[in-house]
Amino acid sequence: MSEPSAPKRRSEVADVDRSLYDFVKSEEGYERFDDGLSEEIVREISAKKDEPKWMLDLRLRSLEIYERTPMPANWGPSIEGLDMAHISTYVTSGADQATSWEDVPDDIKDTFERLGIPEAERTSLAGVGAQYDSELVYHNMREEVAELGVVYSGIEEALHDGWENVIREHFMKLVPPTDHKFAALHGAVWSGGSFVYVPAGVTLPYPLQSYFRLNAAGAGQFEHTLIIVEPGADLHFIEGCSAPKYNVANLHAGCVELFVGKGARLRYSTIENWSKNMYNLNTKRARVEEDGAIEWVSGSFGSHVSYLYPSSLLMGARSSCEFTGITFAGAGQDLDTGCKVHLAAPDTRASVATKSISKGGGVSTFRSSVVVAPKAERAKVSVSCQSLMLDDESRSDTIPAMDVRSASAQVGHEATIGRISDDTIAYLMSRGISEDEARTMVVNGFAEPISKELPLEYAVEMNNLIKLEMEGAIG
Amino acid sequence: MSDTLNHSNALLDVRDLSISVEDAEILHHVDLSVDAGQCLVLMGPNGAGKTTLGHAIMGDVAYTRDGGTITFDGEDLTDLSADKRALAGIFLSYQAPVEIPGVPLYSFLRTICQKRPELKMSARQFRQRVRELAAELDMDQSYLTRELNVGFSGGEKKKVEMLQLLLLQPKLAILDETDSGLDVDALTIVSKGIETYRRECKGALIIITHNTRILERVEVDRVAVMVDGRIVEHGGPSLITDIDERGFEAYEARSSEEA
Repeated sequence: MSEPSAPKRRSEVADVDRSLYDFVKSEEGYERFDDGLSEEIVREISAKKDEPKWMLDLRLRSLEIYERTPMPANWGPSIEGLDMAHISTYVTSGADQATSWEDVPDDIKDTFERLGIPEAERTSLAGVGAQYDSELVYHNMREEVAELGVVYSGIEEALHDGWENVIREHFMKLVPPTDHKFAALHGAVWSGGSFVYVPAGVTLPYPLQSYFRLNAAGAGQFEHTLIIVEPGADLHFIEGCSAPKYNVANLHAGCVELFVGKGARLRYSTIENWSKNMYNLNTKRARVEEDGAIEWVSGSFGSHVSYLYPSSLLMGARSSCEFTGITFAGAGQDLDTGCKVHLAAPDTRASVATKSISKGGGVSTFRSSVVVAPKAERAKVSVSCQSLMLDDESRSDTIPAMDVRSASAQVGHEATIGRISDDTIAYLMSRGISEDEARTMVVNGFAEPISKELPLEYAVEMNNLIKLEMEGAIG
Repeated sequence: MSDTLNHSNALLDVRDLSISVEDAEILHHVDLSVDAGQCLVLMGPNGAGKTTLGHAIMGDVAYTRDGGTITFDGEDLTDLSADKRALAGIFLSYQAPVEIPGVPLYSFLRTICQKRPELKMSARQFRQRVRELAAELDMDQSYLTRELNVGFSGGEKKKVEMLQLLLLQPKLAILDETDSGLDVDALTIVSKGIETYRRECKGALIIITHNTRILERVEVDRVAVMVDGRIVEHGGPSLITDIDERGFEAYEARSSEEA
């Protein structure tokens, strides 16, 4: 007989402070660029960062592409409510980037403390980056990790710190400004984010985490995350994001570029909880070499509208992609999420498992695109999507696309859409659990395959988010 | 007859209860009472309404009350939801327990225990208690970390119900066809669980069954026979032998005469 394991905390839901995410700090004394987009603004951002000329050129070229690219039409949820003329692309507190929380301005430090970042750093992370509006306010990494040769800093700092050539070689190469309109916008006004370099053969003992907080109303956040994991290395990177709610539109158009070397592994986990006035038009892409592995774990809870399809390019033989994602669309949310996988080499494998929950009139659309190239002999792909609709006014759609050009590939797809049965609720209630708690318990259970992929603290956070959503408490 | 069966000191007192499911009336003016610590067996042919009565006492919203009252432990439960009735001390063991993916049995047990202040115990005591009960019910401890009822056999599900019964120590347990689909070994274990419940919790029981085998090991105080949504006969344990030999035909005939 085996021993029972300790109680699993992740299946319990602690009480949640509703003000956890939705609080606003004053912007007094902050530098805020004029709303809208112009060459002058782009030059100003570049000048602030004292960056190399090639970067300014890239920004200007991106701006030009942005201007000539039409807004996406006939694609998923409407983004008509987003008017770039009313978005400020750059807001900063002016605080210098600190390596000690003591040196971070009180208001901002308080924000991150309320989000639990310094505590997580002390207990379970190898390094933390914290961005507030357009700039990083804190960046630090454990000394023993730095000694392994790991680099973790802002991209701006890395550019000045001997990594210019590496950055130039990789920056916006996986996601070029021509990719789509918001990739072009990102190229023009990007600011902040993270640069991570893990040398060959190095395994990080703990994850690194970057947290992005957008405090300013009517502003955009355009952080860039560039991660290079050299052959045989192993990294778990976590990103978190949140914002207080405003009644004007905010925009997030970040960009994530991941390079996974031969035999390397990168796990990229995201817990996204943007406020419900946010347009989250984010682009994430990974390129994986021979025997390398990319693992995405993605929790999408916030935003008014999301377009989010992390994509994986499996370029090397035997490389693999695992995508585990959950999307929770509540009232006023239209979340178009999913993933793309391009299998371009023999014996590549992709496994996609997603869950979506919709409630209170929320719309959740799962969209996947799997391309198996002729070279991808014996490739194996499985896609599974489960949806749970919590009421009759909500909506859930699944749009899987498969383009298979290799005769020896094995491809499988399954999708289910369900509801919580009355029987289930009655059973739980007969044990003394209230109806609301019973629903939360079932939804948490539905999400469990995803939360179990997260480190415990984040799984707890995800369960808390589910609880808040079930109560309809997030504004 | 009902005078002797409904009295105000009863633990459970159901009076004139009519219940419908999806607009069809299933129970017609049912009276039933159970004293503290007493064991009542509710028998009757398939479709008589026994399960409906069990679920209606529990407060399952799928069963609509058209009339009547339910009093438990001196409190009028008629308008209370199922969770409140459960916390007041009623437990219903399901005939077909529901599977809940992603919810580990162990933490589920902890959650339902924590709902009851009278069962307050430390994490360590709780762990000890659950392990003892699992061992007593001959359940592999590995079940505790599995998802609640997911992929469990019929017998395993019934053991999980017994485990909850013994953990929660309700004042009244309604066992709905707990014996159905069990092999001899599982039946022995479940019977043992029922004995333990009566011995240690001094709890009252309503055993719903159409099969008398489970009753061989349980000391029965009273028997009620239900046919077509009515209680048609009350009696002592000797009724069981009678039904064993002659079945429900005589009662069914009587019911159709009355209706």
